[in-house]
Amino acid sequence: MSSETRADGSRPAPYGSCRNDSRGITRRRFVQGIVAGGVLAGLDLWRCPAFAGKNAAGPPILSGNSFNLVVEQVPVNYTGHPAYATAVNGLVPAPTLRWREGDTVTLAVSNRLKDTTSIHWHGIRSPSDMDGVPGLSFPGIAPGETFVYRFPVRQSGTFWYHSHSRFQEQTGHYGALIIEPQDRRPVEYDREYVVVLSDWTDTDPEIVFSNLKQQSDYYNFHQRTLGTFLSDARSKGLGATISDRLMWGGMNMSPTDILDVSGSTYTYLINGQPPGANWTGLFRPRERVRLRFINASSMTIFDVRTPGLPMSVVQTDGNDVEPVAVDEFRISVAETYDVIVQPSDTSAYTIFAQAKDRTGYARGTLAPSYGMSGAIPPMDPRPLRTMVDMGMGNMSGMQMPGTQMPSMGSMSGMEGGGKKMSCMSMGETKSPLPHEMHGINMGGMSGKEMESMPGMKMQTPSSKQKAEEYAKRAEMIGPNAPGQPGPRTSAEFTAPDMGRMKALLSENVRPRVDPQVDNVAEAPTERLSSAGEGYPPGRRVLAYSDLRAVYRGTDPRPPDREIELHLTGNMERFIWGFDGEKFSDAEPIQLKLGERVRIVLVNDTMMEHPIHLHGLWSELENGNGEFRPYKHTINVKGGERLSFLVSADTPGQWAFHCHLLYHMEAGMFRAVIVS
Amino acid sequence: MRTVTITLLIVVVLTIGRSVVHAQPPSPGTPIYTQYGEPPVMDNTVFYHLLFDQLEGRTNGPDNEFRWDGEGWAGTDMNKLWFKSEGLVEHGVATDGDTEALYDRPIPRLKFFDVQAGVRYDLDSNPGRTWGAIGIEGLAPYFFKFAPTFYFSDRGHFAGRITGSYDLLITNRLIAQPQIEMNFYSKNEPRRGVGSGLSEIDTGLRIRYEINRKFAPYIGFAYTGTFGQTATFTREEGGDPNDPRFIFGVRLWY
Repeated sequence: MSSETRADGSRPAPYGSCRNDSRGITRRRFVQGIVAGGVLAGLDLWRCPAFAGKNAAGPPILSGNSFNLVVEQVPVNYTGHPAYATAVNGLVPAPTLRWREGDTVTLAVSNRLKDTTSIHWHGIRSPSDMDGVPGLSFPGIAPGETFVYRFPVRQSGTFWYHSHSRFQEQTGHYGALIIEPQDRRPVEYDREYVVVLSDWTDTDPEIVFSNLKQQSDYYNFHQRTLGTFLSDARSKGLGATISDRLMWGGMNMSPTDILDVSGSTYTYLINGQPPGANWTGLFRPRERVRLRFINASSMTIFDVRTPGLPMSVVQTDGNDVEPVAVDEFRISVAETYDVIVQPSDTSAYTIFAQAKDRTGYARGTLAPSYGMSGAIPPMDPRPLRTMVDMGMGNMSGMQMPGTQMPSMGSMSGMEGGGKKMSCMSMGETKSPLPHEMHGINMGGMSGKEMESMPGMKMQTPSSKQKAEEYAKRAEMIGPNAPGQPGPRTSAEFTAPDMGRMKALLSENVRPRVDPQVDNVAEAPTERLSSAGEGYPPGRRVLAYSDLRAVYRGTDPRPPDREIELHLTGNMERFIWGFDGEKFSDAEPIQLKLGERVRIVLVNDTMMEHPIHLHGLWSELENGNGEFRPYKHTINVKGGERLSFLVSADTPGQWAFHCHLLYHMEAGMFRAVIVS
Repeated sequence: MRTVTITLLIVVVLTIGRSVVHAQPPSPGTPIYTQYGEPPVMDNTVFYHLLFDQLEGRTNGPDNEFRWDGEGWAGTDMNKLWFKSEGLVEHGVATDGDTEALYDRPIPRLKFFDVQAGVRYDLDSNPGRTWGAIGIEGLAPYFFKFAPTFYFSDRGHFAGRITGSYDLLITNRLIAQPQIEMNFYSKNEPRRGVGSGLSEIDTGLRIRYEINRKFAPYIGFAYTGTFGQTATFTREEGGDPNDPRFIFGVRLWY
């Protein structure tokens, strides 16, 4: 309930008045209505709470600097079966909060659940006691109680908020958080939508967790069978197929293990709407539409596309990056990506977010008017794990050819706030992806290919030079040395005093095989310039090395020390941890206030782990030097080794964990204490 | 004498359990982050598991019998209490029945095997017998489930059991499971109808359809063979040492 005046001078409608406006429709029915889908678009109710003019649809927006949020259970129906969700102000997703950089926000959160609840402001640099992690920041919000958060907002961008209490996040307790920048506005757009991706199950998450503990492949109905053996034998030869099966079988692992919880129980949602409900955002032709993608899933990594409509990635985890033109990007759990699309005609375009294991998808539409829908593409072939994911080294020929390079190259043309995207009409078919590209010589390619694109305005010499510079850097860090376990990715990494670093490294414990560690990566690889696996050739997919911050890093100091952590687990037993230890067995990580550290993550498992450090930025060392991107959640691929820098500038007790909800609750969590 | 053994076993189990508790050293200095009581994640909670792998009728035409074989556990990742039960009911008479209660803990340095220790009580229509039990259970390479167990009784008898099974996925829901159980005894025990040496093999092939993970009807074929002195006992009781049967049943999981 805000008494503030908004930037545009209007007074935001308080939430209370929204309820009065709802014309007898209770908030509970409102949630069901959302589920029912497009109907809502016509309701007055839909426009109700303090919408910024640019938004027509999406979760209702609350803006200002003072908010009342109520956490409660509401009945929902996403699947045809009634269920209960954990909602904020009666809504799933929770209302979108809009803050302004420079404000001090006050949020009174009341708990009407039977259990303790909490709200964590994901990616927000608040004081530790405002971070909302029960057990670390505060005791949690007991049933019937109200907790008042109050802290200054010193950042801007797309973030989100969610419960940090047990499995409430799985049951709907998540929402978008948008912070208007105070001065800088590098991204131009005419219209914006929040696109909250999530996974819903009617099953009690405690039972999901219990099922995984009892049988870790409980939700995997795409394992290899007699049938796939026969078809592989036909296509790859009997000998090769047998030796492949023996290799995986010898480890008691399955290359089909992509996501632990699948579409066999999940329904994937966009802004709280299942695929059939077809969430729709409107546009006028040639408008620049900013889509703020937030992956609020518990366990689902999505591959996002808008077929026929190239995307320009302009921000990740709330921080602006140099625009990157892509056809598709992978968004791991808890990450955010902002993209600009500019539809030039009156067609409807599908927003297609397929789960990485291809067991389902979330889908919405961008259209000039309601009721339209674009074609829903078939899901891509299901990826399989490789020995690279197992940390067995970078075998040549195992990389997906070319998925990474082009997006890197295409960055060149995107200089200057993505404005040049306007008339680009490169569809999926047009992608500049010759297999020879594998590696070297991106500079030449990027220019040439970009120029050949219809309508692509090719830039000034300076931007070409810059393109070459990028490309050179990309070469340095590229995935283009098959067979090599890989040198350190970043220039900084090899730079200062390796002697000291080695000494520090030697202190690190390499985990050993154990009931809690079913694999130790023999040769983890640097794969920041790989977008991962599971894309058909010819598609431009975002890689981490493409992310180049718009602004220089604020802390130029080299790290004082290096902390290496292994991401470990036993998939069969469904035990997860760092360095072979669960949270309950491990000591917290101690950082000295003000120190600068490098955290090296080595993923000994073959699963992705989106690693989230609360309260402090994770500056990903992806080869972009002082323009390294600041992130709050870093997805570490199977068998991957990467590093990020941290300035321990805020004292307190912070959570550091895998954001896959059931991995976290299984123990992949550490406390980081800055003092 | 039996009480002595049981007491001894309880002591053994408790000792292992205690040593486990002690194996986790208290952290040096109480970490301040526990000041709020409730930990941020609860990664050491108790889970429960109950699976009836075999709940089946066995027939060879004129003769029918009912067989059950189930297991369950309760516990955390590192400390579990296991229960196992199996037996055969024929014409209202239970034979070959035994029930085990075991403490279970993953074996250090191994990924997929647990050590189990506890008691086994042969519970059926025959005179009962108590055994101490120690064994391992887990997943051998190539996804073979494998569990050898060694038993010892208060009368100086020893016994062994090896069970194994493998899930062959025909499709993701249609699964063929070959299974075998072998029993060995060190001495003859006429009142329970078992002889020394390899006394019995119970093997079968079950093809189940997982309507869901927790409910899977199956059909199959089972062969029970008794050998040596056990075969003689079986014949004396009017049975056939070679006993092949068709089976139908349901695999249940709670």
